Amino acid sequence: MDTASRAPAGRTAAGPPRRGRPGLHPAVRYLGGRVITALVSLLAVMVTSFFLFRVLPGDPVAALTQGRAVSVDQLEAMRRDFGLDQPLPQQFLDYCLGMLTLDFGMSYEYRVPVSELIAERIGPTLLLAGTGTVLAAMLGLALGTRAGWRRGSLMDRVDTGLALTLWSVPSFWLGLLLIVLLASGAGLFPTSGMSTPGVEGAFNVALDVAHHMVLPVATMVAVVYAQYMMIMRSSVLDEKGADYLTTARAKGLRDAAVLRRHAVPNALLPTVTLIFLNLGRVVSGVILIETVFAWPGLGSLFYSGLRVPDLPIVQALFVVFAGSVIVMNLLADLVYPLLDPRVRT
Amino acid sequence: MKPTRPTNPGAAGEPSADVRETGPPGGGAERPGAAGPGGAAGSAEHYLEVADLSVAYRTAGGEIPAVRGVSFGLEPGSKLGVAGESGCGKSTVALALLRLLPASARISGRVLLEGEDVLAMRWGRLRAVRWAGASIVFQGAMHSLNPVHRIGDQIAEPLLLHDRAGPAQARARVAELLEQVGLPAWRARSYPHELSGGQRQRAMIAMALACRPRLIIADEPTTALDVMIQAQILRLIDELVTDLGISMLMISHDLTVLADTCDRLAVMYAGRIVEEGPADDVFAAARHPYGAALSAAFPRVGDPSSRRAPRGLPGDPPDPAALPSGCAFRPRCPEVQERCAEVDPVLWPAGPRRSAACVRVLSPEQARAAGVPPAPAEEAGTGPAAEGEPRADRDPQAAARPQPQPEEM
Repeated sequence: MDTASRAPAGRTAAGPPRRGRPGLHPAVRYLGGRVITALVSLLAVMVTSFFLFRVLPGDPVAALTQGRAVSVDQLEAMRRDFGLDQPLPQQFLDYCLGMLTLDFGMSYEYRVPVSELIAERIGPTLLLAGTGTVLAAMLGLALGTRAGWRRGSLMDRVDTGLALTLWSVPSFWLGLLLIVLLASGAGLFPTSGMSTPGVEGAFNVALDVAHHMVLPVATMVAVVYAQYMMIMRSSVLDEKGADYLTTARAKGLRDAAVLRRHAVPNALLPTVTLIFLNLGRVVSGVILIETVFAWPGLGSLFYSGLRVPDLPIVQALFVVFAGSVIVMNLLADLVYPLLDPRVRT
Repeated sequence: MKPTRPTNPGAAGEPSADVRETGPPGGGAERPGAAGPGGAAGSAEHYLEVADLSVAYRTAGGEIPAVRGVSFGLEPGSKLGVAGESGCGKSTVALALLRLLPASARISGRVLLEGEDVLAMRWGRLRAVRWAGASIVFQGAMHSLNPVHRIGDQIAEPLLLHDRAGPAQARARVAELLEQVGLPAWRARSYPHELSGGQRQRAMIAMALACRPRLIIADEPTTALDVMIQAQILRLIDELVTDLGISMLMISHDLTVLADTCDRLAVMYAGRIVEEGPADDVFAAARHPYGAALSAAFPRVGDPSSRRAPRGLPGDPPDPAALPSGCAFRPRCPEVQERCAEVDPVLWPAGPRRSAACVRVLSPEQARAAGVPPAPAEEAGTGPAAEGEPRADRDPQAAARPQPQPEEM
């Protein structure tokens, strides 16, 4: 945590050029600091993950054998199999060593290595979450810019009101509503899954997957674009009174050019960081959406893992989800200097 | 909720604080042809001709006048300084000339740039006139330059826009401009934060010169700079403007800065010009008590009399929403008379090519002609000159002589 709290100070200190100071190049120092911070956070997540899911109620062995006649010996054998007979410190040590070698253990339920399950499921999740996030961010930034630049106009009030209403809607509810109306009702889209069995040819498969994606992506975009919009709106509002915009107007630029060339690049600076930070919320959104639409991704895997609880799966996924947030933050730190010359030095 | 500085209503956060450009004032065609009090009729020899310019800001509490009928003219190649305290409306005047005020501002009057009324222009024509016809050197170039764009790109922007220059052409012109303002050409690749305050102001000047405008409006160009840099920048502006034959309107709260640079000087108080005339005369011997207080506030180096009698002015500038009756300066005036509450003074002739908005400059005959009550001192048998500011009496006969048009500059 100490490294984390020191990080912002490092950014401001990087402002004036540090000439004549021995040591690393400022860019290397900046990069190194960020990477170390990220690694420390990841370590903390790994430790948390182990203990968090052991606090959960429910005995995996009992859950997996529910309704079946099993002897005490068999239960003991299963426990031994899963390593649950070991004392907690020993389990923790095994878990840590496994993590370091990317060996997340064997799924209790599916009896295959968790890493295999993740590898199989990560593609669909990235496809869904990536498409949804990119669309939501683009929509949010465009609407937020417009709303901020013309604050108080009818367009601003309507757009902002709609975005906030959709934001307050639970994603699973909106998903179910869309399924009822457009999939099972109107029959325009498939109700669940990612592909139709029996479709052949690369083009047809892509078309089929896209068809399956429409509703889950629409649900995700509708629920999350408001955050991007509100962030961009307030950033644009902050920049609106800036003196350099008066300079730009005095130069004879059109209003649209003043906005695009001068206001937006400055308004994007705080927005980019906040967008990357917000990507963390995408994960929880995706879990619900994948579950509702039976999307074969990490989210539905996590959901099924939680019911057992299939400890290796949920532990590994927790680390993957949290890890993606950490990676996003690291990316934000790396992208920021590209946008803001003042941080670059 | 009233803006403390009417020049910047956006900061106050009223509902109308949107920084949007001011539209053309309504009813431009019906505007009376006659200029304001003592306003000169549009003359062809003036590059810039401002007649009866008024600006009011619409706020939740009603309209607040920031500029109340300002008229002046600027001949090609001449330099006019506008002085006054913060909030007197001088920056509002500067921004109104190119219609850069927020949407909450209501402008009336006429701003003729080469005979063409800026306030009645269509948007397209206005954009074409901005920067190419008149450019602005803003105060505090720290904030007036965009932090995320390179200096060179910001200087080149108006070139690409107005001169339709190609990239190579623009680059060459940027290098030339930077050299003109004393910056090395490689500075074009720097960002504003990499420059010192003085260098940024030089870049700002280079930017203002980019499209070879015939008028430069310098709005507090040296305010944020330390004294040494201030002198350098002033000398630079002065040299460039003189060499290139550009007219300049310089706005500052610092009378010494204006007196050193400008040919003529106008002193603003509460949204009006209260005194104007040749720069040296106004600075040395102001006829309006406010002008006198302002020049006394900046002692001249090497002038022992100013050192022995340092003076300031008590009180604050009046609230523009609640101006006193009669003369707006009355509550702070050291030489206030009874009749000041009744008379709203306008610019009256006050010496050769000078005018001042103070009843004290009027001779008894002139006062009678203007419908101003006689001064109490007059009844006691003393002439108006006797009670004037001692330094103002360099030309005691001035008030009696017939005066030329006061606004001619």
